Amino acid sequence: MVISKDYILDLLENVSDPEIPVISVLDLGIVRDVIIYDSYVEVIITPTYSGCPAMLEIEKEINNALKKNGILELKITTVLSPAWTTEWMSEEGKLKLKEYGIAPPNPTNPEDIECPQCGSKNTKLLSEFGSTACKSLYKCNDCLEPFDYFKCH
Amino acid sequence: MKNQNLFHYTLQHADNCLILGQRLGEWCGHGPILEQDIAMTNISLDLIGQARMWYQYAAEIQGEGKTEDDLAYLRDAWDYRNVLLVEQPNGDFAKTIFRQFLFDSYSCYFYEALMNSSDEHLAAIAAKSHKEALYHIKWSADWVVRLGDGTEESHERMTAAVAELWPYSGELTKANKTEAEASKDGIGIDLQALKERRDAKIREVLTEAALTIPESTYAHEGGKDGRHTEHLGYILADLQFLQRAYPGLEW
Repeated sequence: MVISKDYILDLLENVSDPEIPVISVLDLGIVRDVIIYDSYVEVIITPTYSGCPAMLEIEKEINNALKKNGILELKITTVLSPAWTTEWMSEEGKLKLKEYGIAPPNPTNPEDIECPQCGSKNTKLLSEFGSTACKSLYKCNDCLEPFDYFKCH
Repeated sequence: MKNQNLFHYTLQHADNCLILGQRLGEWCGHGPILEQDIAMTNISLDLIGQARMWYQYAAEIQGEGKTEDDLAYLRDAWDYRNVLLVEQPNGDFAKTIFRQFLFDSYSCYFYEALMNSSDEHLAAIAAKSHKEALYHIKWSADWVVRLGDGTEESHERMTAAVAELWPYSGELTKANKTEAEASKDGIGIDLQALKERRDAKIREVLTEAALTIPESTYAHEGGKDGRHTEHLGYILADLQFLQRAYPGLEW
Protein backbone atom coordinates (compact mmCIF):
# COMPACT_ATOMS: atom_id res chain seq x y z
CA MET A 1 0.00 0.00 0.00
CA VAL A 2 1.30 3.42 -0.87
CA ILE A 3 0.63 5.78 1.99
CA SER A 4 -0.20 9.33 1.07
CA LYS A 5 -0.23 12.41 3.25
CA ASP A 6 -3.93 12.88 2.47
CA TYR A 7 -4.68 9.41 3.77
CA ILE A 8 -2.99 10.22 7.08
CA LEU A 9 -4.80 13.56 7.29
CA ASP A 10 -8.12 11.77 6.74
CA LEU A 11 -7.33 9.50 9.67
CA LEU A 12 -6.33 12.47 11.85
CA GLU A 13 -9.64 14.13 11.03
CA ASN A 14 -11.19 11.47 13.27
CA VAL A 15 -8.91 12.13 16.24
CA SER A 16 -10.63 14.58 18.53
CA ASP A 17 -9.62 16.68 21.49
CA PRO A 18 -10.64 14.64 24.57
CA GLU A 19 -11.85 17.79 26.35
CA ILE A 20 -13.82 19.09 23.37
CA PRO A 21 -14.80 15.97 21.42
CA VAL A 22 -16.52 17.86 18.59
CA ILE A 23 -13.32 19.25 17.12
CA SER A 24 -10.48 17.28 15.59
CA VAL A 25 -6.77 17.75 16.13
CA LEU A 26 -6.67 19.22 12.61
CA ASP A 27 -9.39 21.77 13.42
CA LEU A 28 -7.44 22.78 16.52
CA GLY A 29 -4.30 23.38 14.50
CA ILE A 30 -2.03 21.27 16.67
CA VAL A 31 -0.94 18.99 13.82
CA ARG A 32 1.81 21.01 12.18
CA ASP A 33 2.90 18.55 9.53
CA VAL A 34 2.79 14.98 8.32
CA ILE A 35 5.88 13.66 6.59
CA ILE A 36 5.95 10.36 4.74
CA TYR A 37 9.36 8.69 4.76
CA ASP A 38 10.32 5.44 3.04
CA SER A 39 10.11 3.40 6.21
CA TYR A 40 7.91 5.43 8.53
CA VAL A 41 5.46 8.27 8.98
CA GLU A 42 6.20 11.30 11.13
CA VAL A 43 3.40 13.39 12.63
CA ILE A 44 4.55 16.72 14.03
CA ILE A 45 2.38 18.25 16.72
CA THR A 46 2.62 21.28 18.98
CA PRO A 47 1.04 21.71 22.42
CA THR A 48 -1.76 24.23 22.93
CA TYR A 49 -0.89 25.34 26.46
CA SER A 50 2.36 24.11 28.00
CA GLY A 51 0.54 22.40 30.87
CA CYS A 52 -2.41 21.07 28.91
CA PRO A 53 -3.11 17.58 30.29
CA ALA A 54 -4.97 16.64 27.10
CA MET A 55 -1.73 16.60 25.07
CA LEU A 56 -0.61 13.20 26.32
CA GLU A 57 -4.05 11.77 25.60
CA ILE A 58 -4.05 13.31 22.12
CA GLU A 59 -0.69 11.77 21.36
CA LYS A 60 -1.98 8.36 22.43
CA GLU A 61 -5.08 8.73 20.31
CA ILE A 62 -3.10 9.75 17.23
CA ASN A 63 -0.95 6.71 17.80
CA ASN A 64 -3.98 4.41 18.15
CA ALA A 65 -5.87 5.82 15.17
CA LEU A 66 -2.91 5.43 12.85
CA LYS A 67 -1.79 2.01 14.06
CA LYS A 68 -5.34 0.67 13.80
CA ASN A 69 -5.27 1.64 10.16
CA GLY A 70 -2.04 -0.06 9.31
CA ILE A 71 0.48 2.72 9.97
CA LEU A 72 2.75 0.68 12.19
CA GLU A 73 5.98 2.60 11.76
CA LEU A 74 5.06 5.91 13.30
CA LYS A 75 6.91 8.71 15.00
CA ILE A 76 5.13 11.53 16.79
CA THR A 77 7.31 14.58 17.34
CA THR A 78 6.38 17.49 19.58
CA VAL A 79 7.73 20.90 18.60
CA LEU A 80 7.49 24.06 20.70
CA SER A 81 8.21 26.60 18.02
CA PRO A 82 6.42 28.39 16.50
CA ALA A 83 4.11 28.56 19.51
CA TRP A 84 0.53 27.45 18.95
CA THR A 85 -2.03 30.15 18.36
CA THR A 86 -5.82 30.06 18.04
CA GLU A 87 -5.29 31.68 14.64
CA TRP A 88 -4.49 28.19 13.41
CA MET A 89 -7.97 26.96 14.28
CA SER A 90 -10.01 26.14 11.18
CA GLU A 91 -13.20 28.03 10.32
CA GLU A 92 -15.02 24.70 10.39
CA GLY A 93 -13.63 24.06 13.85
CA LYS A 94 -14.92 27.43 15.07
CA LEU A 95 -18.39 26.60 13.75
CA LYS A 96 -18.33 23.22 15.46
CA LEU A 97 -17.30 24.86 18.74
CA LYS A 98 -20.20 27.29 18.53
CA GLU A 99 -22.71 24.51 17.81
CA TYR A 100 -21.33 22.63 20.79
CA GLY A 101 -21.99 25.64 23.06
CA ILE A 102 -18.48 27.12 23.28
CA ALA A 103 -17.96 30.64 21.92
CA PRO A 104 -15.07 30.44 19.40
CA PRO A 105 -12.04 32.75 19.68
CA ASN A 106 -12.72 36.21 18.36
CA PRO A 107 -9.38 37.82 17.44
CA THR A 108 -10.87 40.93 15.82
CA ASN A 109 -12.64 42.01 18.96
CA PRO A 110 -11.99 39.98 22.11
CA GLU A 111 -14.31 42.30 24.05
CA ASP A 112 -17.19 41.40 21.80
CA ILE A 113 -18.14 37.82 22.56
CA GLU A 114 -21.31 36.33 21.19
CA CYS A 115 -23.45 33.99 23.31
CA PRO A 116 -23.39 30.57 21.58
CA GLN A 117 -26.88 29.83 22.91
CA CYS A 118 -28.95 32.85 21.84
CA GLY A 119 -26.52 34.86 19.68
CA SER A 120 -26.67 37.98 21.84
CA LYS A 121 -23.56 40.14 22.08
CA ASN A 122 -24.66 41.46 25.45
CA THR A 123 -22.32 39.21 27.42
CA LYS A 124 -20.06 39.56 30.42
CA LEU A 125 -16.76 38.00 31.49
CA LEU A 126 -17.19 36.10 34.77
CA SER A 127 -13.69 34.69 35.07
CA GLU A 128 -10.55 34.75 32.93
CA PHE A 129 -10.02 31.12 33.84
CA GLY A 130 -12.46 28.36 33.00
CA SER A 131 -12.81 24.59 33.08
CA THR A 132 -9.68 24.10 30.96
CA ALA A 133 -6.61 26.23 30.27
CA CYS A 134 -7.95 27.25 26.86
CA LYS A 135 -11.28 28.66 28.03
CA SER A 136 -12.65 31.49 30.11
CA LEU A 137 -16.09 31.79 31.63
CA TYR A 138 -18.78 34.17 30.37
CA LYS A 139 -22.41 34.90 31.07
CA CYS A 140 -25.08 36.09 28.67
CA ASN A 141 -26.99 39.09 30.01
CA ASP A 142 -29.96 38.33 27.74
CA CYS A 143 -30.61 34.60 28.06
CA LEU A 144 -28.76 34.56 31.42
CA GLU A 145 -26.91 31.32 30.58
CA PRO A 146 -23.25 30.96 31.48
CA PHE A 147 -20.97 29.72 28.70
CA ASP A 148 -17.36 28.89 27.92
CA TYR A 149 -15.34 31.12 25.61
CA PHE A 150 -12.36 29.61 23.79
CA LYS A 151 -9.94 32.45 24.40
CA CYS A 152 -7.55 33.94 21.88
CA HIS A 153 -4.03 32.74 22.42
CA MET B 1 29.14 18.17 31.39
CA LYS B 2 29.80 20.25 28.30
CA ASN B 3 27.69 23.20 29.25
CA GLN B 4 27.45 23.46 33.01
CA ASN B 5 26.33 27.07 32.99
CA LEU B 6 23.47 26.53 30.56
CA PHE B 7 22.40 23.57 32.69
CA HIS B 8 22.32 25.67 35.85
CA TYR B 9 20.60 28.55 34.06
CA THR B 10 17.91 26.22 32.78
CA LEU B 11 17.45 24.62 36.19
CA GLN B 12 16.99 27.99 37.89
CA HIS B 13 13.97 28.72 35.75
CA ALA B 14 12.65 25.17 35.91
CA ASP B 15 12.74 25.29 39.70
CA ASN B 16 11.02 28.70 39.85
CA CYS B 17 8.13 27.37 37.79
CA LEU B 18 7.82 24.07 39.63
CA ILE B 19 7.92 25.48 43.15
CA LEU B 20 5.48 28.31 42.45
CA GLY B 21 3.23 25.85 40.60
CA GLN B 22 3.30 23.55 43.62
CA ARG B 23 2.53 26.43 45.99
CA LEU B 24 -0.46 27.55 43.90
CA GLY B 25 -1.65 23.96 43.73
CA GLU B 26 -2.00 24.04 47.52
CA TRP B 27 -4.97 26.34 46.97
CA CYS B 28 -6.87 23.63 45.10
CA GLY B 29 -10.22 23.27 46.87
CA HIS B 30 -9.41 26.16 49.25
CA GLY B 31 -9.83 29.24 47.05
CA PRO B 32 -11.91 32.15 48.36
CA ILE B 33 -14.45 31.57 45.58
CA LEU B 34 -14.72 28.85 42.97
CA GLU B 35 -13.62 30.99 40.00
CA GLN B 36 -10.44 32.09 41.77
CA ASP B 37 -9.73 28.58 42.98
CA ILE B 38 -9.84 27.58 39.31
CA ALA B 39 -7.71 30.57 38.30
CA MET B 40 -4.94 29.62 40.73
CA THR B 41 -4.92 25.96 39.72
CA ASN B 42 -4.98 26.94 36.03
CA ILE B 43 -1.92 29.13 36.54
CA SER B 44 -0.34 26.32 38.54
CA LEU B 45 -0.88 23.99 35.60
CA ASP B 46 0.70 26.46 33.17
CA LEU B 47 3.71 26.83 35.47
CA ILE B 48 4.16 23.09 35.88
CA GLY B 49 3.88 22.75 32.10
CA GLN B 50 6.59 25.39 31.71
CA ALA B 51 8.69 23.61 34.35
CA ARG B 52 8.46 20.41 32.29
CA MET B 53 9.78 22.16 29.17
CA TRP B 54 12.71 23.55 31.19
CA TYR B 55 13.48 20.25 32.93
CA GLN B 56 13.30 18.27 29.70
CA TYR B 57 15.87 20.58 28.21
CA ALA B 58 18.00 20.54 31.36
CA ALA B 59 18.05 16.74 31.28
CA GLU B 60 19.12 16.84 27.64
CA ILE B 61 21.97 19.27 28.39
CA GLN B 62 23.05 17.18 31.34
CA GLY B 63 23.32 14.20 29.02
CA GLU B 64 23.45 11.53 31.73
CA GLY B 65 20.30 9.76 30.58
CA LYS B 66 18.27 11.31 33.36
CA THR B 67 14.72 12.56 32.82
CA GLU B 68 12.66 15.58 33.81
CA ASP B 69 11.28 13.47 36.68
CA ASP B 70 14.74 12.74 38.10
CA LEU B 71 15.46 16.46 38.23
CA ALA B 72 12.14 17.35 39.85
CA TYR B 73 11.82 14.47 42.28
CA LEU B 74 15.31 13.39 43.20
CA ARG B 75 17.26 16.53 44.01
CA ASP B 76 17.44 17.88 47.53
CA ALA B 77 16.83 21.44 48.73
CA TRP B 78 20.43 22.64 48.24
CA ASP B 79 20.32 21.55 44.59
CA TYR B 80 17.23 23.61 43.94
CA ARG B 81 17.92 27.02 42.40
CA ASN B 82 14.59 28.81 42.62
CA VAL B 83 14.34 32.31 44.05
CA LEU B 84 13.21 32.59 47.68
CA LEU B 85 10.01 34.41 46.68
CA VAL B 86 8.34 31.38 45.11
CA GLU B 87 8.82 29.15 48.16
CA GLN B 88 7.16 31.62 50.54
CA PRO B 89 3.95 30.21 52.06
CA ASN B 90 0.60 31.11 50.51
CA GLY B 91 -0.60 33.08 53.54
CA ASP B 92 -3.95 34.72 52.82
CA PHE B 93 -5.30 35.43 49.34
CA ALA B 94 -3.67 38.90 49.33
CA LYS B 95 -0.23 37.43 49.99
CA THR B 96 -0.66 34.80 47.28
CA ILE B 97 -1.78 37.52 44.86
CA PHE B 98 1.18 39.77 45.62
CA ARG B 99 3.66 36.90 45.39
CA GLN B 100 2.14 36.06 42.00
CA PHE B 101 2.26 39.66 40.82
CA LEU B 102 5.93 39.96 41.77
CA PHE B 103 6.69 36.78 39.87
CA ASP B 104 4.53 37.64 36.83
CA SER B 105 5.96 41.16 36.52
CA TYR B 106 9.36 39.53 36.30
CA SER B 107 8.49 36.55 34.11
CA CYS B 108 6.58 38.36 31.36
CA TYR B 109 9.58 40.61 30.66
CA PHE B 110 11.97 37.73 31.20
CA TYR B 111 10.30 35.56 28.56
CA GLU B 112 9.94 38.49 26.18
CA ALA B 113 13.69 39.10 26.31
CA LEU B 114 14.59 35.40 26.24
CA MET B 115 12.83 35.01 22.91
CA ASN B 116 16.02 36.59 21.48
CA SER B 117 18.30 34.03 23.10
CA SER B 118 21.02 32.64 20.87
CA ASP B 119 19.97 29.22 22.16
CA GLU B 120 17.07 28.18 19.92
CA HIS B 121 15.54 25.86 22.45
CA LEU B 122 15.43 28.54 25.14
CA ALA B 123 13.91 30.96 22.64
CA ALA B 124 11.19 28.41 21.83
CA ILE B 125 10.37 27.81 25.51
CA ALA B 126 10.21 31.59 25.97
CA ALA B 127 7.85 32.17 23.04
CA LYS B 128 5.52 29.49 24.32
CA SER B 129 5.57 30.67 27.94
CA HIS B 130 5.42 34.39 27.22
CA LYS B 131 1.80 34.22 26.08
CA GLU B 132 0.86 32.43 29.27
CA ALA B 133 2.77 34.87 31.48
CA LEU B 134 0.92 37.80 29.90
CA TYR B 135 -2.37 36.19 30.78
CA HIS B 136 -1.20 35.56 34.34
CA ILE B 137 -0.13 39.15 34.97
CA LYS B 138 -3.46 40.42 33.71
CA TRP B 139 -5.09 38.41 36.46
CA SER B 140 -2.63 39.13 39.28
CA ALA B 141 -2.31 42.87 38.53
CA ASP B 142 -6.09 43.15 38.37
CA TRP B 143 -6.38 41.55 41.81
CA VAL B 144 -3.65 43.75 43.33
CA VAL B 145 -5.74 46.75 42.27
CA ARG B 146 -9.06 45.27 43.39
CA LEU B 147 -7.74 44.37 46.82
CA GLY B 148 -5.49 47.39 47.29
CA ASP B 149 -8.18 49.84 46.27
CA GLY B 150 -10.99 47.75 47.75
CA THR B 151 -12.40 47.63 51.27
CA GLU B 152 -10.59 48.73 54.38
CA GLU B 153 -9.81 45.13 55.24
CA SER B 154 -8.60 44.14 51.77
CA HIS B 155 -6.40 47.25 51.68
CA GLU B 156 -4.89 46.36 55.05
CA ARG B 157 -4.21 42.79 53.97
CA MET B 158 -2.65 43.91 50.70
CA THR B 159 -0.47 46.44 52.56
CA ALA B 160 0.72 43.68 54.87
CA ALA B 161 1.46 41.41 51.90
CA VAL B 162 3.53 44.13 50.21
CA ALA B 163 5.51 44.75 53.41
CA GLU B 164 6.18 41.05 53.93
CA LEU B 165 7.12 40.12 50.37
CA TRP B 166 8.92 43.25 49.21
CA PRO B 167 12.33 42.06 50.45
CA TYR B 168 11.95 39.02 48.18
CA SER B 169 11.46 41.10 45.01
CA GLY B 170 15.10 42.12 44.61
CA GLU B 171 16.54 38.63 44.12
CA LEU B 172 14.60 38.14 40.89
CA THR B 173 16.40 40.94 39.09
CA LYS B 174 19.86 40.65 40.63
CA ALA B 175 22.09 38.49 38.46
CA ASN B 176 24.07 35.71 40.08
CA LYS B 177 27.19 34.29 38.45
CA THR B 178 25.21 31.86 36.32
CA GLU B 179 22.97 34.59 34.96
CA ALA B 180 25.78 37.06 34.39
CA GLU B 181 27.68 34.48 32.37
CA ALA B 182 24.58 33.42 30.42
CA SER B 183 23.88 37.05 29.57
CA LYS B 184 27.45 37.57 28.42
CA ASP B 185 27.19 34.53 26.14
CA GLY B 186 23.96 35.78 24.54
CA ILE B 187 22.09 32.77 25.92
CA GLY B 188 20.49 34.57 28.84
CA ILE B 189 19.01 38.00 29.23
CA ASP B 190 20.17 41.35 30.60
CA LEU B 191 18.57 41.56 34.04
CA GLN B 192 19.37 45.24 34.48
CA ALA B 193 17.25 46.18 31.45
CA LEU B 194 14.51 43.91 32.73
CA LYS B 195 14.64 45.49 36.17
CA GLU B 196 13.84 48.93 34.81
CA ARG B 197 10.76 47.72 32.96
CA ARG B 198 9.69 45.51 35.85
CA ASP B 199 10.03 48.34 38.39
CA ALA B 200 7.98 50.66 36.19
CA LYS B 201 5.23 48.06 35.97
CA ILE B 202 5.21 47.56 39.75
CA ARG B 203 5.04 51.33 40.27
CA GLU B 204 2.17 51.67 37.84
CA VAL B 205 0.08 48.89 39.39
CA LEU B 206 0.76 49.76 43.04
CA THR B 207 -0.09 53.39 42.39
CA GLU B 208 -3.38 52.40 40.81
CA ALA B 209 -3.99 50.09 43.78
CA ALA B 210 -3.50 52.96 46.26
CA LEU B 211 -0.58 51.09 47.80
CA THR B 212 2.70 52.61 48.90
CA ILE B 213 5.90 51.29 47.40
CA PRO B 214 8.30 50.42 50.22
CA GLU B 215 11.48 52.48 50.28
CA SER B 216 13.76 49.71 51.47
CA THR B 217 15.88 48.03 48.83
CA TYR B 218 17.03 45.30 51.19
CA ALA B 219 16.81 41.96 49.41
CA HIS B 220 16.84 38.43 50.76
CA GLU B 221 18.85 36.29 48.41
CA GLY B 222 20.58 32.95 48.04
CA GLY B 223 17.91 30.76 46.49
CA LYS B 224 19.49 30.91 43.04
CA ASP B 225 22.64 29.41 44.53
CA GLY B 226 20.91 26.77 46.63
CA ARG B 227 20.61 28.62 49.97
CA HIS B 228 16.94 28.44 50.85
CA THR B 229 14.49 29.32 53.58
CA GLU B 230 13.27 26.41 55.66
CA HIS B 231 10.02 26.34 53.67
CA LEU B 232 11.55 24.62 50.67
CA GLY B 233 12.28 21.43 52.61
CA TYR B 234 8.63 21.09 53.54
CA ILE B 235 7.52 21.70 49.96
CA LEU B 236 9.89 19.02 48.69
CA ALA B 237 8.77 16.58 51.38
CA ASP B 238 5.28 16.91 49.98
CA LEU B 239 6.24 17.06 46.31
CA GLN B 240 8.76 14.24 46.35
CA PHE B 241 7.21 11.87 48.85
CA LEU B 242 5.97 9.27 46.39
CA GLN B 243 9.21 8.92 44.43
CA ARG B 244 11.26 8.83 47.63
CA ALA B 245 9.07 6.21 49.30
CA TYR B 246 8.45 4.13 46.18
CA PRO B 247 11.39 4.77 43.83
CA GLY B 248 10.51 4.51 40.15
CA LEU B 249 6.80 4.24 40.78
CA GLU B 250 4.71 5.08 37.73
CA TRP B 251 1.19 6.37 37.71
